[in-house]
Amino acid sequence: MDIYRRRKIVNVFNLSVSVLTTLFGLFFLFWLLWVLFSKGLSHLNLDLFALDMPGPGSETGGLRNAIVGSLLLTGVGVAIGAPIGVLAGTYLAEFGRYAWVSTPVRFINDVLLSAPSIVIGVFVYEIMVVPMGNFSGWSGGVALAIIVIPVVVRTTEDMMRLVPDTLREAAAALGAPQWRVVVDVVLKASLSGIMTGILLAVARIAGETAPLLFTALNNQFFTLDMDQPMGNLPVTIFNFAMGPYDNWHDLAWAGSLLITLAVLTLNIMTRIFLRTKK
Amino acid sequence: MNEVASANAAEGKRTLSGNGGVEAGNLESPFSSWEDTATAATQIENPKIEVRNLNFYYGKFHALHDINLRIPEHQVTAFIGPSGCGKSTLLRTFNRIYNLYPGQRATGEILLDGRNILDRREDLNRLRSRVGMVFQKPTPFPMSIYDNIAYGVRLYERLGRAAMDERVEWALRKAALWDEVKDILRQSGKALSGGQQQRLCIARAIAIKPEVLLMDEPASALDPISTLKIEELVAELKGSYTIVIVTHNMQQAARISDFTAFMYMGRLIEFQDTNTLFTNPASKQTEDYITGRFG
Repeated sequence: MDIYRRRKIVNVFNLSVSVLTTLFGLFFLFWLLWVLFSKGLSHLNLDLFALDMPGPGSETGGLRNAIVGSLLLTGVGVAIGAPIGVLAGTYLAEFGRYAWVSTPVRFINDVLLSAPSIVIGVFVYEIMVVPMGNFSGWSGGVALAIIVIPVVVRTTEDMMRLVPDTLREAAAALGAPQWRVVVDVVLKASLSGIMTGILLAVARIAGETAPLLFTALNNQFFTLDMDQPMGNLPVTIFNFAMGPYDNWHDLAWAGSLLITLAVLTLNIMTRIFLRTKK
Repeated sequence: MNEVASANAAEGKRTLSGNGGVEAGNLESPFSSWEDTATAATQIENPKIEVRNLNFYYGKFHALHDINLRIPEHQVTAFIGPSGCGKSTLLRTFNRIYNLYPGQRATGEILLDGRNILDRREDLNRLRSRVGMVFQKPTPFPMSIYDNIAYGVRLYERLGRAAMDERVEWALRKAALWDEVKDILRQSGKALSGGQQQRLCIARAIAIKPEVLLMDEPASALDPISTLKIEELVAELKGSYTIVIVTHNMQQAARISDFTAFMYMGRLIEFQDTNTLFTNPASKQTEDYITGRFG
């Protein structure tokens, strides 16, 4: 058999295996979506957004307080985490690029990136919930922020590294001090990538349950008071799915579908965002 | 050692009296047995830039060896030599852009109008606003064509709208780009073609009115027509700026420069007025390089 025929056969083999494994992965994704849609879609109605969680035994109810709570917690998490992450990432990529401290910071950040989220929950419980004396929305937001920070640090640094040094040199050659080079040129050139990182971090924390169990806990009632325990979708799904009532199960399915759709939309949005910028 | 033949090439304000100059030292190269006839310290009166005993290091690597050179004002000086000979490195010391990278350092003196810019106290941002630079690849900033030009101006001058508009137009006209972009000033600079981008970068560099313009192979990534435009531009600009250009292209050096320095392996082999260097080089190495026998 000549070398060309052999290569062709190897090529066909590798191609088929990679296509098959891709289909295998996609199969589970679509299966998951199928289950979520078939169980949850029929319960996606206006009541879901208009009514609060039902108590035991009540027939009607929605997830309004959990949805609003999740939005608030996620908002606080990003509002605290994203600026810290962007600034730290900027330090690593620009100002501290050659500093000895950057290597350990980068390493610790990677550790934090893969830290189990339950650990972060317990940590915030110890530093906020215990001293304050009660579960609260703020502590939930802080726990989520701790998850956001390493993600944003990493993407910010990676995206700024993609900006070629020739661009930095060009700006510096005009007499621009370093902070102006960073703000006016590097940040501008990498902004779409950094925004993508932040959106991905949002998608990441939107479904986090473990860090909220010890911090925001959950709340059956509608509240905007961040000093109180706050309702949220992931913990509600957990509670309702474990509950004894059928309408709770239905709401858990609807909530799961809702989170999935939100994360899916965010991911698609980031794709579009990146594409239009290029 | 040859007496430099350039003495009789002195014409007009070029006053060259070649009385030998610096020995090129121990070249560890196949050519070391040749007669070393460096004529680096060509006597130029009132140089804009004077390099004295410059050595340059990339970490432990010794990239430039004892460079001595005088660059005349309002003339075009070209650096030629094979890849890796140190011509870009030398150029990058004139605005100390190498300072962006730790581990790169220079020793010796570089006098700009008589003041040593290698001094630790030198304000690098001010220095770079006086010594502009154009790079090998076009580097438009991620902003509009107008802002690309205005960016550098805003760093050091407060201009009103009208004055800024005027400055932007002036710079774009100088760079022979105005007619092509005057209707799309608000569009991104990245949307331009490669040749246009490079002229945009030149416009950006001259908009801040530097005294010296450093050009690091500004035409190497461009097609012949864009190259021609840039060469015409250099000829046009030299009345108001001192231009130092690094080029791979010997014909280009011969066409556009008044003085040429030939470098090899981190040393300055010969520095002459361009005519002399290309027609009657003092050094055998220069002759071999310009006749295409190596490099």
